[in-house]
Parts: sequence; structure tokens; C-alpha cells
Amino acid sequence: MGQFGIGQPVRRKEDVRLLTGKGRYTDDVHLEDQQWAVFVRSPHANAKILSIDTSAALESPGVTHVLTGADLRDGGVKPISADMNFTSREGKPMFKPERRIMPVDFARYMGEPLVLVLAESLEEAKAAAELVALDFEELPCVTATARAAEPDAPVIYSEHGSNVSVHWENRAPDEIDAIIAAAPHKVTVDLVNNRLIVAPMEPRCAVAAYDPADDRITLWSPTQGVRPAQASFAQLLGIPKEKLRVISDDVGGGFGIRSKRYPETAAVAFAARKTGRPVKWRGDRSETFVSDHHGRDQVNHCVMGLDANGRILALRLETIVNVGAYCGDNGPRLPIDGGGRIIPTGYDIEKFYFSVKPVYTNTVPTDTYRGAGRPEANYIMERLMDAAAQECGLTRDEIRRRNLIPLSKLPYRTQMNFVYDSGDFVGVMEETLKAADWDGFQARRAESEKRGLLRGIGIASFVEQAGGRPTEEMRVKLGADGAATVFAGTFSHGQGHETVYAQMVNDYLGVPFERIKFVQGDTDTTPPGGVGTFGSRSSMMGGVAVRRSCGQIILKGKRIAAHLMQANAEDVIFEEGLFRVGVSSVTIEEVARAAADPSKLPEGEKPGLDESNLFEREADLMNFPNGCHIVEVEVDPELGTVQIVKYTAVDDCGVVLNPLLVHGQVYGGVAQGIGQALTEDAVYDESGQLLTGSFMDYGMPRAHHFSHIEAHFDETQPCKTNEIGVKGAGEAGACGAPPAFVSAVCDALKPYGVKHIDMPLTPERVWRAIHSAKPRAA
Amino acid sequence: MRNFDYHRPTDIAAAARVLAEREDAKLLAGGMTLIPTLKQRLATPTDLVDLGRIAALKGVRREGNGLVIGAMTCHADVATSPVVREAIPALASLAGQIGDPAVRHRGTIGGSVANADPAADYPAGVVGLDATVITDRREIGADDFFTGLFETALEPGEIITAIRFLLPKRAAYQKFRHPASGYAVAGVMVADFGDAVRVAVTGAGPSAFRLDAMEKALGASFTPGALEGLNPDALELLTDMHASAEYRAHLVGVLARRAVAAIA
Repeated sequence: MGQFGIGQPVRRKEDVRLLTGKGRYTDDVHLEDQQWAVFVRSPHANAKILSIDTSAALESPGVTHVLTGADLRDGGVKPISADMNFTSREGKPMFKPERRIMPVDFARYMGEPLVLVLAESLEEAKAAAELVALDFEELPCVTATARAAEPDAPVIYSEHGSNVSVHWENRAPDEIDAIIAAAPHKVTVDLVNNRLIVAPMEPRCAVAAYDPADDRITLWSPTQGVRPAQASFAQLLGIPKEKLRVISDDVGGGFGIRSKRYPETAAVAFAARKTGRPVKWRGDRSETFVSDHHGRDQVNHCVMGLDANGRILALRLETIVNVGAYCGDNGPRLPIDGGGRIIPTGYDIEKFYFSVKPVYTNTVPTDTYRGAGRPEANYIMERLMDAAAQECGLTRDEIRRRNLIPLSKLPYRTQMNFVYDSGDFVGVMEETLKAADWDGFQARRAESEKRGLLRGIGIASFVEQAGGRPTEEMRVKLGADGAATVFAGTFSHGQGHETVYAQMVNDYLGVPFERIKFVQGDTDTTPPGGVGTFGSRSSMMGGVAVRRSCGQIILKGKRIAAHLMQANAEDVIFEEGLFRVGVSSVTIEEVARAAADPSKLPEGEKPGLDESNLFEREADLMNFPNGCHIVEVEVDPELGTVQIVKYTAVDDCGVVLNPLLVHGQVYGGVAQGIGQALTEDAVYDESGQLLTGSFMDYGMPRAHHFSHIEAHFDETQPCKTNEIGVKGAGEAGACGAPPAFVSAVCDALKPYGVKHIDMPLTPERVWRAIHSAKPRAA
Repeated sequence: MRNFDYHRPTDIAAAARVLAEREDAKLLAGGMTLIPTLKQRLATPTDLVDLGRIAALKGVRREGNGLVIGAMTCHADVATSPVVREAIPALASLAGQIGDPAVRHRGTIGGSVANADPAADYPAGVVGLDATVITDRREIGADDFFTGLFETALEPGEIITAIRFLLPKRAAYQKFRHPASGYAVAGVMVADFGDAVRVAVTGAGPSAFRLDAMEKALGASFTPGALEGLNPDALELLTDMHASAEYRAHLVGVLARRAVAAIA
């Protein structure tokens, strides 16, 4: 319907505000009488804290308070404990070390906050922070993923005796091993899924104030949903959630890490109440590098057996995931039943063994980051498929064609117990091959060769899951003036919800697009059942709840319209903003006006058109976005540099609500995926210092790394698990880009016999791959 | 950033006076290194002497067989100057490859040369083009100027006023950018002065240095092929998390050959 309805490329409502500097971010909040907070952080990766002396800092000019973990503990602040319990096959529970907010006994990673200094100005707080005297006894540390799992590695938590939190397995391996041993073809790949620094554009920030009259704390902080933040921070502070109001204004990027419980945020909220004065903290960029959760960080050992025709017989996967110093909100969960539960992605594999060892290391905890296990899972499967193609003497598209779950097998239950409702994986791949001119590649390779460049083409066929937590509440209110307001339980932190929900309301109710307001991010107004935005859930969860709220409005509107037209409600038809019976009609605007006037209402009808819907989904009925990405690269064999020259993406995200926004999601995801594959790598040295501590050393991808991204949608398979047919769109690019890119570079280096290079594919790594292979190729 | 006294003199003598009189005064040129250092509280000078208002330190001019660039001339002005582009296009190209547009409009040649960052671009230009560093006290030849990691021949309180470059017959600068910082993982300036060839490298060692073997080979035959087998010894080069010495040695060879190929 109409130019502002569902499916239209409507420009973002929020952009004028955001692009003209009129956004309001947490750092724009300045409270009268506020104190500035600075955290003193551990300089060591692993150390016993011998003493904390704050006396000199307290004497420093402008200092108001200096708080340690002991003050927080004595003030009733609880440790952060992760809500998960995985057990080994023998039933051994997982080990979760206690994470104190500002510990007083041990510091477990470089950058861990230990002392909070409050002062009248930021400069005074910084100066005083340098005067806090901390005495440590350094302990041996471990930072590397595979190393942490070795029996002779330094053990961080002696009470557990190992860095491995739990050895989780989906089943016994024996049957799988036997099949692989007897298989005509066998492939083995060892992979590194490199650790990433997320670095959203807006650094982390928290402002808190305490109102003694209400005995209530108000916390301003960027989140991905104020309701979970309210519940979790209230729990940490040991107060009922009604005593904590959380406000998230505009947020500059979330990517998963923004929704987590951070010690700094809790400490700031506590300090506001404890000191009776507002507190403001703004993490600077290098501080966020060592305190925001990092992403990814897995090593994978993968073995697959195939029959003579290249059909997969069995798969054995062993993953070690580096969860950092503590058990994050989702850290160990990610490969097991987080995003990584999508393994073995789109492939029809019935015999599957999967082992996961989350390991503790002296590093910042890792947690959800764009894809949260899905990119890792898809990377594993796609690298395996490339290896299998080579082993079986098949092309990379053919091996996939033979193993992808065919449309005819849907609905398909995976070994990890998901049911794929829709998705033409083979069809999407064929479409992408065509769009990318896969068959015409040899001519392009020859042309590049004339310029002294090695050209390669790579493919990735991926499946992911979206929807996340199974409930969400949205409220739609029609005012007496006919204007609508959407009160969202989801939380837009860059996605464009202000626009897309307005399109939906415009479509469902016929309210003009420009008369639809959007409210989110304040626990005083956010629907009580609100959850937030992560795991690409808002289109499905928020979307369905908006649709149902609108449906409730129409139902009530029909009763009011019938009363106005002196007809039966059952006879009223609602279409394009008009309630009609026969030849008479009233507009939704007129009905909204009548709804506010008790004299115009049918008997027993409450005034107002204000409906909220708590959508509850069956937990496992998620949606399964999928797609195929094809990348072409040119490698300069002398320098080892890689340039993307062609990028083709076909994504099935079900019904596309706004192609402009979904294209944006694809581009952003691809950019982050290519970042992981080409330039990004969080590097700790052996003493546990973060070497890539700023943008001078940590390589974010730049525009020049990319070519045009040709993105298409396949809308032939709408989602069957929700009534609007949508599938998530946020994670697709991050899933497709890394394996397609690595596949392309390895294809370019085929003349040198290169089969695999670990991410990121830095020029030196590529050069070394060529260089070390040269004698053999010659 | 800690408190300091800020000075903005309009002539060199006044700047020198503050430097001499104050306890720990630092010169502020473009501030591309100093300001972040101050913000991280890693430097705590008592005084900052901003050279930005000293007109005599700015500008580009031809002087006989030389090109003189005022110390406070920003990279963008060097990159786009018709005088530089005509006299030494390789130098304009080098300046245009420094950092990003914001850095190029703030950072200055004098600041870069005085800071002597091992991965900065200008040191390769200064050494490769046989430049002379002119200070408020004396002139220092390029070969004597860079003495080590962030170290130069400058004495305490000495102020660079200009850099004088000799005009080569032909010259080219090739750089391999670090993907994060934009600094040179390796950068090579090749300059042919007719009677002599100079090859200067930045990014690969503690400070800019010349490659004698390459210079001799190019003196005999100015072709990329003449450089085969003459890569620098990796043992003398830097290894860090961005690039090993071995890779840097290889890069220097490739960049030198490409520089020669561009002008041969």
C-alpha cells in the first residue's frame, strides 16, 4: 500500500535528526551537580591485589569520592553471574568464576576496573586516578585460545583446576569417528576465528542520578533494550526493578556487546546513590578497547567424511572458544545454543558430533558480536566445503549443490534441533552464481593476469537464525487527532525502527506516515514486556506485535465505527484507513476522535484507541535467514595485498519491509565480515597486554577495501513461523563475507597450491603463503 | 591533559625565548603527535609554544637549484603546491600520501621531521632528496639529521625553520601503508640527481636510512632490474606486530623497483 507502506524504500525518518547533530546520546546528558567518574584499571593480566591505597587520590583537588570494590560489596552490589548451565556428557557442571564488580582480591585481565574516582571535573578525576596506589603480585597469565586448553597452561582459577569451563558434547563421537574412518573421502581443516574489537561509533557511557524522595536511581546509558537493562542492573544493585529507571536515548551502534552487563555501568549507578550526587562516566576510545567485550575468538578442528559422490557422510567438530576472564552473559553459550547452534548450517548432515570447550583466559570477556556464533559456524562449514570440493575433485558450487538441504526436504530438523521452515538454499545459490557471472570468471582472471594480478573467486552459502528471545511487547496508540504513536519494546540503535514501524502502521491503519511518532528507550514508557533489539529479532518479534496491536485497534475501531454508522460491528470492513459498511464510511481519524469522546462510544466501551500486544512465540520457532555471497579479489603477488573487485550477494530475509534499510544491513554486515577477514585482529602479547590498543594499530576496514556490493533479495520463500513472513537481516553479511572472501583469496593463490590462510588475510600472511609455496610451484 | 601555559609568539626569537626560559616547554607545530600524547597524559610539558602564528615559518619557494619549504607548511599545502609539483613531483606525491585529509591539513613538515617517527613519510623525502634542515641556529645535512628512533641532531631549544630540498632529475616515492594508522610499513624514495642516485627508506628501521648497494646499482643502470637481489638485510630491520623484518626487507625491494619503474 502507498509509497510509505511495507516494502517501499522509504528514507529513514531519523536521519535528518541524526545527521544534523540533533541526536541525543548519553554523552549529551549533563546533570546539575554531576561528578565525573574515572576508573582505575588493572595494568596486569593476572595479579593478586595486595593493597589498594586511595588516600593520596582522596586528597587530590576536586576529588569528591573514591570507591573500591569493597565499598560496592558492602553496599549490597552483587557479583555478575551468568545465567547458563551447560554440563559435560558425564553430567559435570560448568565452572563459572565469580565476577565481582571491581574485585578486591584478584585482577583477571588488563583493563579490569578496580577503583572508581569521582571528582568535580574530568581532569581532576583523571589526575587523582593516577594517585591511587595499587600493589600487586603478578601471576602467570594465559591469553591464547588453544594454549589455555592445554594441560600445562597456567591455570587462572585454581579452585577449578583447569581453564576449561566445561567440555560440552552433543553426543558420543564413536559412531561418527567410525563413519569418517571408513569414508572414501576425508577432509580435515583447522581454523582460527580471530578475536575482534567491536568498536561501535559511540563509546560506552553512563550517567546516573539518585532521587531520595522516590528512592529511585535513573540511569542513562546506551543499551539494546531498556527492560533487560533495568532488570539486570537492579538485580546487581540489589534493588527492586521499580527503583531503577533506565533511559537509552540515541545509540551509536550496538552489535551485541551493547546489551551486556558491564561493571562500569553498575558502579556508576551505585555511586550516584551512595554519594547522593549524579555521576557521569564516558569511556574513551582506548578504554573501550580494553573494557567492552570482544567478539569471536575460536579455534576449530573439523573433520568430515564424504562418499564417492561427494555427499557428506559424517562431520566431527571440535571448538575451543576463548571466553576471556569471566563467563560473560552469553560467552560460552554462543557456539552451543547461541547463534552457533545453526551449525551445520544449510547442509544435510545426519551424523554430526560437536564438542565445545569454553576456556577462560586473562583477556577481556568475549560475548555476542554481530552474528554471535553464526559467522563462526558458517565459516567452519564453508571452509570445509571448499576443502571437500578439492578432495572430491568437484567444483565449489557442485559440492554445495550436492549437500545443501533441498527445498523438498523442508521443514527440516537439524542435528541441533532447529526446524528450518523455509529457504531455497540451492535456488539462492544458483541465482547468485548467475548474478555474479560465475561462469564468465576465467575471462576476468585472464584479464587481471595481464596486469600482473592474481584473480580469485569465492563463494559462501550460509544459513543463520534470527528471532532471539521469544517474547516482545509493542504498543500502538491513536490520539484524538488521529496521529499514531508506537511505543516500542524493541530498541533501535541504528537499524531505522522509527521508519520501518511507521511504514507498518501506515500500511495497517492508513495513518499518514508523517503522523506516526516513535517512542522507545525509557522504562517509564516502554511496554512492560519489552525486550529489545539483538539477534535480528525486531522485524519478527516487534513487527508481529505491532501488527497485532494494529489488529486490536482495528477491531475496536470497527465497534466504534459501527456505533457511529449505526451498523453492526461484524459488517464493518476496514481498508486503507476507512471503516465501511455498504456505502457509508468513516475515516480512522474520525474514529480516533470519537474514541476519545465517551459520548460517542458504544455502551461499555472504554475511551481511547491504545492497544498493546505481547507477542509470545514458541521458543524454537525462530526464522532462518539465508543467502549466498560471491566475492572476487585481485591479489598483488609481490606485495601480498588483496583488493575486492566484485561482490555479489543474494539474501533471503523473507518479506523485505524496506529494501533501503535491508540493503544497509547487508552492506554493514559485509563491511564487518570483511573487516574480520582482511584487517581486524585483537592481539594480546604473552604478558597479557593488548597490543592493538587503539585505531593506530587495530585495522578497521575502510571504504577503499571494498568494491560496489551488488545486493539482491530472494523473496520467494517468506517465513512460515510469523504472520508477516519476515526473517532477520542483520547478520547475513557478517556470515557470508568472511568465508566467501577467504575462498576467493585461496582460489587466487591456487597456482601456488595454497589451500587455506587464517584470518585476517594480512598482506604479510598472503605474501608468506605465496612465498613459501614458490619453490614447489616452480 | 594536564594544565600548561600556552604561548603563541609571532616571531622565531620570541619562541626561542620561551623555550629557553621555561622549565619544560614544548614546541607545538601541527600537533598530530603531541596533542594525542597530551590527551593521554603521556607528556606533561609546563608550556606549549604554538608556532602557528609565525608567518616566516610558512610557505614554499624556489631558491636557485633548491626548493625551500617553511617548517610550518602543512602536508596538504605541499601536496597541492604548483611550485612543489613542478619542482619535485615526488615530494608532492609523498605529502599527499600522509595520513588522512584531516592530518594533512594540520600536520606540518617541520613537525614531522623534528618528531622523527620511524614510520613517517617525510624522513624518506628528506634523506632521499638530500635535503638540508635549516634551524634558527644552523643548517644540518639530511644524512646527519636522523640519529635514531624518534631522535634527531636537534639540540634542546633548537627550532626548525625550513627544509631545503635539492631538485633531482627525477624521483619517485612508493609507500606501503599500514591499514590502521596509514603510516609507512615501508616507504622508499628514489632520486636521480644525474651524478648520483639516492635511495632512502622509512618505516623499516629505527630511522630513515639509505641503501648504498641500491644507489650504486642504479648509478650504473637506472632500471628496476638493476635492483634484483639487493633487498636490505632483514637482520637490520624492524619487526613488530604489523610486519616482520623479513617482509619489510621484501617490501623495500618491491617498492624500490616500483619507484624506479615509475620514472625510468
